[in-house]
Amino acid sequence: MARVLVGVKRVIDYAVKIRVKPDKSGVVTDGVKHSMNPFDEIAIEEAVRLKEKKLASEIIAVSCGPTQSQEVIRTALAMGADKGIHVEVSGKDYETLQPIHVSKILAKIAQNEKVDMVIVGKQAIDDDSNQTAQMTAAVLDWPQATFASKVEKGDKEITVTREVDGGLETIKCKLPVVISADLRLNEPRYATLPNIMKAKKKPIAKVTPKDLGVDVSPRITVVSVEDPPVREPGVILPDVDALVAKLKEGGHV
Amino acid sequence: MSMKKILKVILNEVPNKRSFSLHTLSPEHRLLQKTCRDFAEAELKPIAAQLDKEHKFPAQQIEKIGDLGLLKINVSEQYGGCGHDTLAVAVAVEEIARGCGGTGSIVSIHNALYNGLVNRVGTQEQKEEFLGRFTGGDLGCFALSEPEAGSDVSAVSTTATLCGDCYVLNGTKSWVTNAPVGKAAVVFATVDKTLKHKGITAFLLPLSSNGVTLGKKDEKLGIRASPTCNLILDEVEVPKDNVLGEVGGGFVLAMTQLDYARVGIGAQALGIAQAALELAVAFSKHRKTFGQPISSYQAVKLRLADMAVRLEAARLLVWRAAALCDRPAKSTKESSMAKLAASEAATFITHGAIQILGGMGYVSDMPAERHYRDARITEIYAGVNDIQKLLIGDAVIQEN
Repeated sequence: MARVLVGVKRVIDYAVKIRVKPDKSGVVTDGVKHSMNPFDEIAIEEAVRLKEKKLASEIIAVSCGPTQSQEVIRTALAMGADKGIHVEVSGKDYETLQPIHVSKILAKIAQNEKVDMVIVGKQAIDDDSNQTAQMTAAVLDWPQATFASKVEKGDKEITVTREVDGGLETIKCKLPVVISADLRLNEPRYATLPNIMKAKKKPIAKVTPKDLGVDVSPRITVVSVEDPPVREPGVILPDVDALVAKLKEGGHV
Repeated sequence: MSMKKILKVILNEVPNKRSFSLHTLSPEHRLLQKTCRDFAEAELKPIAAQLDKEHKFPAQQIEKIGDLGLLKINVSEQYGGCGHDTLAVAVAVEEIARGCGGTGSIVSIHNALYNGLVNRVGTQEQKEEFLGRFTGGDLGCFALSEPEAGSDVSAVSTTATLCGDCYVLNGTKSWVTNAPVGKAAVVFATVDKTLKHKGITAFLLPLSSNGVTLGKKDEKLGIRASPTCNLILDEVEVPKDNVLGEVGGGFVLAMTQLDYARVGIGAQALGIAQAALELAVAFSKHRKTFGQPISSYQAVKLRLADMAVRLEAARLLVWRAAALCDRPAKSTKESSMAKLAASEAATFITHGAIQILGGMGYVSDMPAERHYRDARITEIYAGVNDIQKLLIGDAVIQEN
């Protein structure tokens, strides 16, 4: 049975209307509703299903972020994870925390905890990076199965169906492996009340990147954050010639 | 934007911030709130209008609600429950009622009246049969009121005559929520009318018992998803072992359990009010008159402010009453205040929501009119508000 590490990120809730801060340094997060990244919910769900099928023995939920990240770990525990690890990163460090840092953190924990599988959401809905799974696999020198829409576990390997631009691709990877969860992998369960109560007793360990020997100094500087340009109204044109003329006029060709 | 498009946007808009409370919930309560809210959004909100139109009981959804552990919130773990507190019931009921007022009623009454009472005073055997053996979507009822006994509980005239090893029940109970679909009921009957309220006794009755007939399903103004009917008892035999608590102790049991029920109904009122307020705000931002969204007008802002304050105040009262319920000291005054405030807030807010929606508030294309009809019952059941005021008045006078 595999030991599974699942990365869960605390992000602004998908239903919230994002507002840019007046000083253009970022988006408003104070007092705004946050939740677990939806793709990470799918990742946890997949891990829990593996455990229910007796293909996984222990699920460790990890989140990197400020104190509030513990909420997301608690949600993971209520969905069926066995224990949590909160990697405390706050303030300025958190603003510039990137997949390059997170992947090193996850890799170190994966080694410390001797896991066989790392499952994360394919991307976070705030930065849409789609890098953490790939980078983590590279740091660990493990195979990666990204955009997974189906995962079947054998004894020492997994068969994964991936959603790629051209359609569906099926690959086999030896364990240990890193997987990133795509939308159609599964439908996450609600945390039932009995499980919420059970989760109360599950441990959440707290560590810092320093404890893990990972340097989270910024590798980027945020220059500015702005709203996308307001969408212009369209125009109905009589024929192709008028279209070409309009495009030339607008400097688009 | 066409009205059709506005409707679509508004009905799908989820508020980004529940700004309406200072009281912080524990992480477990917050997780429970999230589960209930996500469930209500996904499974109840989309069908609430249809349930209302067809007076339909949401059997599938109740089954799922049971699977989530929400039909045994405050039942001891020994009997398949979660052993959670009254605040958990309040939080769960509010979120469910926000999705569908009628479903909120079903879940509130089942948890706060039926489960609550049996879990509180039942013997081990009684709890085993009437709680432990409830699974999936099994529901219980609380049969107290009668055609001639509503506010005047002591006028209960359903009789229970001792006959050897059992009591024989005769009479009619009215307005019994969940009776058309329920598995069992707590039935209040009198063993001796001359003893007045000291004769009233609570009995545990499986609804499949001989002599039990269900009356016609009530056609109500609102909470139509919640099925209610009369329970007609004709020579119904109930074993002596099914007496809940003491013989003659039923009146006190009912009165004390109503403290919990009032928190449950208060929570239901909060959910309906919350849904109506969200709708009113969303609509006011989209609807334009004289070239501006109506949310820019003072008339609308003032109305929304009144609505928001009443909702916030009511929620604090309900949550406080919920916390007090689980402590040994009596909290009748606080429960009554919570129920009074929340129900009046619900009728006020749903009335205001219709006003803000204008014509659209009057038609079934928008849920405003349904919220208005759903809210109305909360001023009536679990003790009419007039009685609540008497209870509060008496308590205040006595304390000072």
